[in-house]
Amino acid sequence: MNQGQDMNCDELVEVVTDFLDDALDAATRRRFTEHLAECDGCDAYVGQLRTTIGLTGTLRADDLQPDLRDRLLTAFRDWKAHPSPR
Amino acid sequence: MEGGQTTPMRPAPREADAGLVQALRGGDEAAFADLVTRLTPAMLAVAAGQVPSRAVAEEVVQETWLAVLTGLDRFEGRSSLRTWVFAILLNVARSRGARESRTIPFSSAFPPEDVGPTVDPARFRGPDQEWSGHWASPPRGWDLPESALLSSEVRVLLRAALDALPPRQRAVVHLRDVQGLEAGEVCALLGLESGNQRVLLHRGRARLRQVLEDYVLEDRVDEARG
Ligand SMILES: [Zn+2]
Repeated sequence: MNQGQDMNCDELVEVVTDFLDDALDAATRRRFTEHLAECDGCDAYVGQLRTTIGLTGTLRADDLQPDLRDRLLTAFRDWKAHPSPR
Repeated sequence: MEGGQTTPMRPAPREADAGLVQALRGGDEAAFADLVTRLTPAMLAVAAGQVPSRAVAEEVVQETWLAVLTGLDRFEGRSSLRTWVFAILLNVARSRGARESRTIPFSSAFPPEDVGPTVDPARFRGPDQEWSGHWASPPRGWDLPESALLSSEVRVLLRAALDALPPRQRAVVHLRDVQGLEAGEVCALLGLESGNQRVLLHRGRARLRQVLEDYVLEDRVDEARG
């Protein structure tokens, strides 16, 4: 639709994940990087999205509820005591 | 050794898996506990999109871990252990969801929360204005030290925002950004076309960024008020 034209900010913010996943065609990727180089707002937006992704990755270490963890470990001990159900 | 890894955060998969599978077969409880701790939150998030309640999602996760343990001898390492666990999870969740007649196919038409702009259109200049489509109120720098963003307050906030995402977005964000799976793995697991996978991921990420922005700005207002 905007092929060949400059990319606008409202278009750029919708394709950041496509950009990060290297899923943009060459022409769109060029329009993306050209805009990004000249736009502080979009540069901040992309930086904040990257920060968000990084922070989301740290949630992996979050605690599991202890009761569910206990139930799973009990199941493991049962399995260990009686390895094959067949 | 094969070529370099694409993402620095990713641990070397296959060799680590082989050691882990051996430990599990040998009944190493610490290894099991570690794996359970790493994967279960994402498993709950994915299962929750397929079944009617949190309680059922927990049952699905328990059933999955039992299936993983009893199936360990059949694990051949063709996929990563993690992908294999999630594949079992989705099978269990789907059959359970079908029984409870509440399966939401991941490939179904996008509901309203999965379409439309991800950034408030009011933040851009309107069609009649000069520089239409450019920022009217651009994001302000967060200017926070990394330690502030890693505080437990922010993590609790982010976790709550992640839990509040629509189910399909939540599942994709968990698998991609929390667990660090590759796009292709997530598409295969959830039966998603790659473009749709990116749409769901991007919507979820944009929402989480907005939550963080609101938090940072509110914090600054508080500071200004003294
Ligand atoms: Zn811009």
